[in-house]
Amino acid sequence: MKSTDNQGELWEVFIQSKPGQSFKHAGSVHGFDKDNAIENARDTYTRRNEGTGLWVVQSKEIIAVALNESDYFFEPATDKIYRHPTFYNLPEGVTHM
Amino acid sequence: MKTTLNYYLQIADNALILSHRLAENTSKGPFLEEDLATANVALDLIGLAESVLNEAAKLEGLGQTGDDLAYRRDESEFVNCLLVEQPNRDFAHIVTRQFLMDTFNYHYFIALTESKDSFLSAIAFKSIKEVTYHLRRSSEWMIRLGTGTDESKHRVQLAINTLWKFTDELFEESEGDKEMLAKGIGTNLTEIKNQWNQKVNEILYMAHLESPKNQFSVLGGKQGKHTEHLGHILAEMQFLPGKYPDAVW
Repeated sequence: MKSTDNQGELWEVFIQSKPGQSFKHAGSVHGFDKDNAIENARDTYTRRNEGTGLWVVQSKEIIAVALNESDYFFEPATDKIYRHPTFYNLPEGVTHM
Repeated sequence: MKTTLNYYLQIADNALILSHRLAENTSKGPFLEEDLATANVALDLIGLAESVLNEAAKLEGLGQTGDDLAYRRDESEFVNCLLVEQPNRDFAHIVTRQFLMDTFNYHYFIALTESKDSFLSAIAFKSIKEVTYHLRRSSEWMIRLGTGTDESKHRVQLAINTLWKFTDELFEESEGDKEMLAKGIGTNLTEIKNQWNQKVNEILYMAHLESPKNQFSVLGGKQGKHTEHLGHILAEMQFLPGKYPDAVW
Protein backbone atom coordinates (compact mmCIF):
# COMPACT_ATOMS: atom_id res chain seq x y z
CA MET A 1 0.00 0.00 0.00
CA LYS A 2 1.46 3.36 -1.00
CA SER A 3 0.69 6.52 0.91
CA THR A 4 -0.70 7.99 -2.28
CA ASP A 5 -3.40 5.32 -2.48
CA ASN A 6 -6.97 6.36 -1.89
CA GLN A 7 -7.86 6.45 1.80
CA GLY A 8 -11.17 8.20 1.30
CA GLU A 9 -12.22 11.69 2.34
CA LEU A 10 -11.12 13.48 5.50
CA TRP A 11 -13.76 13.95 8.20
CA GLU A 12 -13.67 15.96 11.44
CA VAL A 13 -14.84 14.21 14.59
CA PHE A 14 -16.79 15.79 17.47
CA ILE A 15 -17.58 13.99 20.71
CA GLN A 16 -20.14 14.76 23.38
CA SER A 17 -18.89 13.34 26.65
CA LYS A 18 -22.25 13.53 28.49
CA PRO A 19 -25.82 14.20 27.36
CA GLY A 20 -26.52 17.93 27.35
CA GLN A 21 -22.92 19.03 27.04
CA SER A 22 -21.49 20.63 23.94
CA PHE A 23 -19.69 18.57 21.32
CA LYS A 24 -15.92 18.98 21.31
CA HIS A 25 -13.55 18.51 18.43
CA ALA A 26 -11.56 15.31 18.95
CA GLY A 27 -9.58 14.94 15.72
CA SER A 28 -10.08 13.66 12.22
CA VAL A 29 -10.46 10.35 10.41
CA HIS A 30 -10.51 9.00 6.89
CA GLY A 31 -13.70 7.49 5.52
CA PHE A 32 -15.20 6.54 2.16
CA ASP A 33 -18.77 7.52 3.04
CA LYS A 34 -20.92 8.70 5.97
CA ASP A 35 -21.30 5.26 7.55
CA ASN A 36 -17.64 4.44 7.16
CA ALA A 37 -16.62 7.81 8.60
CA ILE A 38 -18.75 7.61 11.74
CA GLU A 39 -17.71 4.01 12.38
CA ASN A 40 -14.05 4.89 11.95
CA ALA A 41 -14.58 7.80 14.35
CA ARG A 42 -16.18 5.41 16.83
CA ASP A 43 -13.34 2.93 16.52
CA THR A 44 -10.65 5.60 16.73
CA TYR A 45 -11.99 7.94 19.43
CA THR A 46 -14.77 6.42 21.56
CA ARG A 47 -13.63 2.97 22.62
CA ARG A 48 -12.74 4.04 26.17
CA ASN A 49 -16.00 5.62 27.30
CA GLU A 50 -15.10 9.01 25.88
CA GLY A 51 -18.60 9.82 24.82
CA THR A 52 -22.27 9.22 24.36
CA GLY A 53 -22.67 11.38 21.28
CA LEU A 54 -20.68 11.54 18.07
CA TRP A 55 -20.70 13.82 15.03
CA VAL A 56 -18.62 13.68 11.89
CA VAL A 57 -18.54 16.31 9.20
CA GLN A 58 -16.48 16.41 6.03
CA SER A 59 -13.44 18.57 6.63
CA LYS A 60 -14.00 20.42 3.38
CA GLU A 61 -17.46 21.54 4.62
CA ILE A 62 -15.97 23.44 7.56
CA ILE A 63 -15.73 27.20 7.08
CA ALA A 64 -12.65 28.59 8.75
CA VAL A 65 -11.01 31.98 9.21
CA ALA A 66 -7.81 32.15 7.24
CA LEU A 67 -4.71 32.63 9.31
CA ASN A 68 -3.81 35.93 7.61
CA GLU A 69 -7.28 37.32 8.39
CA SER A 70 -7.19 36.61 12.08
CA ASP A 71 -5.61 39.94 13.10
CA TYR A 72 -8.53 42.09 12.06
CA PHE A 73 -11.12 39.35 12.43
CA PHE A 74 -10.50 38.85 16.12
CA GLU A 75 -9.49 42.43 16.92
CA PRO A 76 -12.54 43.60 18.96
CA ALA A 77 -11.24 42.56 22.32
CA THR A 78 -9.07 43.97 25.02
CA ASP A 79 -9.39 47.75 24.79
CA LYS A 80 -13.20 47.65 24.78
CA ILE A 81 -13.90 46.63 28.32
CA TYR A 82 -17.59 47.49 27.99
CA ARG A 83 -17.97 44.33 25.92
CA HIS A 84 -17.12 42.19 28.90
CA PRO A 85 -19.89 41.80 31.46
CA THR A 86 -17.45 41.85 34.34
CA PHE A 87 -19.26 44.55 36.33
CA TYR A 88 -22.04 42.27 37.49
CA ASN A 89 -22.03 40.19 40.62
CA LEU A 90 -22.94 36.63 39.78
CA PRO A 91 -25.34 34.83 42.08
CA GLU A 92 -23.82 31.92 43.91
CA GLY A 93 -24.20 28.58 42.22
CA VAL A 94 -23.82 29.88 38.67
CA THR A 95 -20.88 28.00 37.31
CA HIS A 96 -21.02 28.07 33.53
CA MET A 97 -20.40 31.78 32.82
CA MET B 1 -21.02 -32.73 31.33
CA LYS B 2 -18.61 -33.60 28.55
CA THR B 3 -21.19 -32.52 25.98
CA THR B 4 -21.71 -29.18 27.75
CA LEU B 5 -17.96 -28.65 27.95
CA ASN B 6 -17.65 -29.36 24.24
CA TYR B 7 -20.46 -26.92 23.56
CA TYR B 8 -18.62 -24.19 25.49
CA LEU B 9 -15.46 -24.96 23.54
CA GLN B 10 -17.25 -24.55 20.19
CA ILE B 11 -18.25 -21.01 21.14
CA ALA B 12 -14.84 -20.18 22.60
CA ASP B 13 -12.79 -21.68 19.75
CA ASN B 14 -14.79 -19.87 17.06
CA ALA B 15 -14.10 -16.58 18.85
CA LEU B 16 -10.47 -17.37 19.66
CA ILE B 17 -9.41 -18.46 16.19
CA LEU B 18 -11.26 -15.67 14.39
CA SER B 19 -9.76 -13.18 16.83
CA HIS B 20 -6.31 -14.53 16.10
CA ARG B 21 -6.86 -14.25 12.36
CA LEU B 22 -7.95 -10.63 12.72
CA ALA B 23 -5.07 -9.84 15.05
CA GLU B 24 -2.65 -11.21 12.44
CA ASN B 25 -3.72 -8.32 10.25
CA THR B 26 -2.83 -5.63 12.78
CA SER B 27 -0.43 -3.12 11.16
CA LYS B 28 -1.31 -4.55 7.73
CA GLY B 29 -4.71 -2.91 7.28
CA PRO B 30 -5.48 -0.88 4.16
CA PHE B 31 -5.36 2.33 6.20
CA LEU B 32 -4.97 3.36 9.82
CA GLU B 33 -8.63 3.62 10.79
CA GLU B 34 -9.47 0.23 9.33
CA ASP B 35 -6.48 -1.26 11.10
CA LEU B 36 -7.80 0.01 14.44
CA ALA B 37 -11.33 -1.12 13.68
CA THR B 38 -10.21 -4.66 12.84
CA ALA B 39 -8.15 -4.83 16.01
CA ASN B 40 -11.19 -3.68 18.00
CA VAL B 41 -13.23 -6.58 16.65
CA ALA B 42 -10.36 -8.94 17.47
CA LEU B 43 -10.36 -7.60 21.04
CA ASP B 44 -14.12 -8.11 21.44
CA LEU B 45 -13.73 -11.69 20.26
CA ILE B 46 -10.81 -12.55 22.47
CA GLY B 47 -12.73 -11.12 25.43
CA LEU B 48 -15.56 -13.50 24.59
CA ALA B 49 -13.17 -16.43 24.13
CA GLU B 50 -11.48 -15.73 27.46
CA SER B 51 -14.74 -15.65 29.45
CA VAL B 52 -16.01 -18.86 27.91
CA LEU B 53 -12.67 -20.69 28.21
CA ASN B 54 -12.35 -19.73 31.88
CA GLU B 55 -15.83 -21.04 32.52
CA ALA B 56 -15.11 -24.18 30.50
CA ALA B 57 -12.01 -24.83 32.59
CA LYS B 58 -14.08 -24.58 35.78
CA LEU B 59 -16.67 -26.90 34.31
CA GLU B 60 -13.99 -29.40 33.38
CA GLY B 61 -12.82 -29.41 37.00
CA LEU B 62 -9.30 -30.67 36.34
CA GLY B 63 -7.57 -27.61 37.75
CA GLN B 64 -6.83 -26.17 34.31
CA THR B 65 -7.23 -22.49 33.48
CA GLY B 66 -8.73 -20.85 30.42
CA ASP B 67 -5.17 -20.16 29.25
CA ASP B 68 -4.38 -23.88 29.46
CA LEU B 69 -7.33 -24.62 27.22
CA ALA B 70 -6.24 -22.00 24.71
CA TYR B 71 -2.53 -22.73 24.68
CA ARG B 72 -2.13 -26.38 25.59
CA ARG B 73 -4.69 -28.16 23.48
CA ASP B 74 -3.80 -30.02 20.30
CA GLU B 75 -5.21 -29.20 16.91
CA SER B 76 -7.57 -32.20 16.99
CA GLU B 77 -9.06 -30.93 20.26
CA PHE B 78 -10.11 -27.61 18.74
CA VAL B 79 -13.76 -27.61 17.69
CA ASN B 80 -14.03 -24.28 15.85
CA CYS B 81 -15.71 -24.19 12.45
CA LEU B 82 -13.44 -24.24 9.42
CA LEU B 83 -14.58 -20.81 8.21
CA VAL B 84 -12.81 -18.90 10.97
CA GLU B 85 -9.44 -20.52 10.33
CA GLN B 86 -9.35 -19.56 6.65
CA PRO B 87 -6.41 -17.25 5.88
CA ASN B 88 -6.36 -13.48 5.30
CA ARG B 89 -5.83 -13.76 1.55
CA ASP B 90 -6.78 -10.12 0.95
CA PHE B 91 -9.02 -7.47 2.47
CA ALA B 92 -12.06 -8.82 0.62
CA HIS B 93 -11.51 -12.25 2.20
CA ILE B 94 -11.19 -10.71 5.66
CA VAL B 95 -14.41 -8.74 5.21
CA THR B 96 -16.34 -11.65 3.70
CA ARG B 97 -15.26 -14.15 6.34
CA GLN B 98 -16.24 -11.62 8.99
CA PHE B 99 -19.60 -10.89 7.41
CA LEU B 100 -20.53 -14.58 7.09
CA MET B 101 -19.50 -15.22 10.70
CA ASP B 102 -21.01 -12.00 12.12
CA THR B 103 -24.36 -12.90 10.59
CA PHE B 104 -24.17 -16.32 12.21
CA ASN B 105 -23.04 -14.91 15.58
CA TYR B 106 -25.76 -12.27 15.59
CA HIS B 107 -28.60 -14.77 15.22
CA TYR B 108 -26.86 -17.43 17.28
CA PHE B 109 -26.35 -15.18 20.31
CA ILE B 110 -29.89 -13.83 20.14
CA ALA B 111 -31.12 -17.43 20.29
CA LEU B 112 -28.63 -18.30 23.02
CA THR B 113 -30.04 -15.64 25.37
CA GLU B 114 -32.88 -18.12 25.96
CA SER B 115 -30.51 -20.88 27.03
CA LYS B 116 -31.28 -22.63 30.31
CA ASP B 117 -27.57 -22.44 31.08
CA SER B 118 -27.34 -19.17 32.99
CA PHE B 119 -23.70 -18.55 32.06
CA LEU B 120 -24.40 -18.98 28.34
CA SER B 121 -27.48 -16.77 28.39
CA ALA B 122 -25.53 -14.07 30.25
CA ILE B 123 -22.58 -14.18 27.87
CA ALA B 124 -25.02 -14.11 24.94
CA PHE B 125 -26.68 -10.94 26.28
CA LYS B 126 -23.29 -9.33 26.69
CA SER B 127 -22.15 -10.32 23.21
CA ILE B 128 -25.20 -9.10 21.30
CA LYS B 129 -24.21 -5.44 21.52
CA GLU B 130 -20.72 -6.16 20.21
CA VAL B 131 -21.89 -8.49 17.49
CA THR B 132 -24.58 -6.06 16.33
CA TYR B 133 -21.87 -3.51 15.68
CA HIS B 134 -19.58 -6.08 13.99
CA LEU B 135 -22.40 -7.09 11.66
CA ARG B 136 -23.26 -3.50 10.79
CA ARG B 137 -19.64 -2.79 9.89
CA SER B 138 -19.03 -5.93 7.86
CA SER B 139 -22.39 -5.65 6.04
CA GLU B 140 -21.56 -2.13 4.97
CA TRP B 141 -18.13 -3.20 3.77
CA MET B 142 -19.71 -5.97 1.66
CA ILE B 143 -21.94 -3.39 0.00
CA ARG B 144 -19.08 -0.91 -0.34
CA LEU B 145 -16.83 -3.47 -2.01
CA GLY B 146 -19.60 -4.98 -4.13
CA THR B 147 -20.68 -1.60 -5.47
CA GLY B 148 -17.22 -0.04 -5.51
CA THR B 149 -14.78 -0.55 -8.36
CA ASP B 150 -14.53 -3.46 -10.81
CA GLU B 151 -11.52 -4.66 -8.85
CA SER B 152 -13.27 -4.57 -5.46
CA LYS B 153 -16.36 -6.29 -6.84
CA HIS B 154 -14.24 -8.99 -8.46
CA ARG B 155 -12.27 -9.63 -5.29
CA VAL B 156 -15.26 -9.76 -2.95
CA GLN B 157 -17.14 -12.11 -5.29
CA LEU B 158 -14.04 -14.31 -5.43
CA ALA B 159 -13.90 -14.35 -1.63
CA ILE B 160 -17.56 -15.40 -1.44
CA ASN B 161 -16.96 -18.18 -3.96
CA THR B 162 -13.93 -19.39 -2.00
CA LEU B 163 -15.47 -19.28 1.47
CA TRP B 164 -19.01 -20.43 0.68
CA LYS B 165 -18.20 -24.13 1.01
CA PHE B 166 -17.43 -23.59 4.71
CA THR B 167 -20.80 -22.04 5.56
CA ASP B 168 -22.93 -25.22 5.74
CA GLU B 169 -20.82 -26.34 8.65
CA LEU B 170 -22.12 -23.46 10.79
CA PHE B 171 -25.52 -25.17 10.83
CA GLU B 172 -24.37 -28.79 10.97
CA GLU B 173 -26.02 -30.41 13.98
CA SER B 174 -23.59 -32.70 15.74
CA GLU B 175 -24.86 -35.27 18.24
CA GLY B 176 -23.72 -32.86 20.94
CA ASP B 177 -25.66 -29.97 19.41
CA LYS B 178 -28.80 -32.11 19.31
CA GLU B 179 -28.38 -33.09 22.94
CA MET B 180 -27.83 -29.46 23.99
CA LEU B 181 -30.93 -28.36 22.09
CA ALA B 182 -33.01 -31.12 23.70
CA LYS B 183 -31.86 -29.95 27.14
CA GLY B 184 -32.77 -26.34 26.40
CA ILE B 185 -29.12 -25.26 26.56
CA GLY B 186 -28.27 -25.08 22.87
CA THR B 187 -29.90 -23.29 19.96
CA ASN B 188 -31.93 -24.47 17.00
CA LEU B 189 -29.44 -24.34 14.14
CA THR B 190 -32.11 -24.92 11.49
CA GLU B 191 -33.89 -21.73 12.52
CA ILE B 192 -30.61 -19.86 12.62
CA LYS B 193 -29.80 -21.13 9.13
CA ASN B 194 -33.02 -19.60 7.79
CA GLN B 195 -32.29 -16.27 9.46
CA TRP B 196 -28.69 -16.38 8.24
CA ASN B 197 -29.78 -17.08 4.66
CA GLN B 198 -32.24 -14.22 4.73
CA LYS B 199 -29.71 -11.68 6.00
CA VAL B 200 -26.87 -12.85 3.76
CA ASN B 201 -29.10 -12.79 0.67
CA GLU B 202 -30.37 -9.33 1.55
CA ILE B 203 -26.86 -7.91 1.82
CA LEU B 204 -25.58 -9.74 -1.28
CA TYR B 205 -28.54 -8.30 -3.20
CA MET B 206 -27.73 -4.78 -2.01
CA ALA B 207 -24.06 -5.37 -2.82
CA HIS B 208 -24.85 -6.63 -6.35
CA LEU B 209 -23.11 -9.91 -5.50
CA GLU B 210 -24.19 -13.49 -6.00
CA SER B 211 -24.29 -16.51 -3.74
CA PRO B 212 -22.67 -19.52 -5.42
CA LYS B 213 -25.02 -22.28 -6.56
CA ASN B 214 -24.54 -26.01 -6.13
CA GLN B 215 -21.30 -25.88 -4.23
CA PHE B 216 -20.07 -28.81 -2.21
CA SER B 217 -19.58 -28.27 1.51
CA VAL B 218 -16.59 -29.03 3.70
CA LEU B 219 -17.26 -30.19 7.26
CA GLY B 220 -15.16 -31.50 10.10
CA GLY B 221 -14.28 -28.65 12.46
CA LYS B 222 -16.77 -29.75 15.11
CA GLN B 223 -15.10 -33.18 15.09
CA GLY B 224 -11.61 -31.68 15.35
CA LYS B 225 -10.77 -32.36 11.68
CA HIS B 226 -9.37 -29.11 10.41
CA THR B 227 -8.02 -27.60 7.23
CA GLU B 228 -4.25 -27.31 6.97
CA HIS B 229 -4.46 -23.70 8.19
CA LEU B 230 -5.30 -24.34 11.85
CA GLY B 231 -1.99 -26.10 12.51
CA HIS B 232 -0.11 -23.01 11.35
CA ILE B 233 -2.23 -20.73 13.53
CA LEU B 234 -1.64 -22.88 16.60
CA ALA B 235 2.08 -23.20 15.91
CA GLU B 236 2.30 -19.44 16.19
CA MET B 237 -0.31 -18.90 18.89
CA GLN B 238 1.00 -21.64 21.17
CA PHE B 239 4.69 -21.09 20.52
CA LEU B 240 5.46 -19.13 23.67
CA PRO B 241 3.69 -21.33 26.25
CA GLY B 242 5.13 -24.35 24.42
CA LYS B 243 8.68 -23.11 24.62
CA TYR B 244 8.46 -21.40 28.02
CA PRO B 245 5.80 -23.33 29.96
CA ASP B 246 6.25 -21.24 33.11
CA ALA B 247 6.15 -17.85 31.41
CA VAL B 248 3.81 -15.34 33.07
CA TRP B 249 2.67 -11.87 32.06
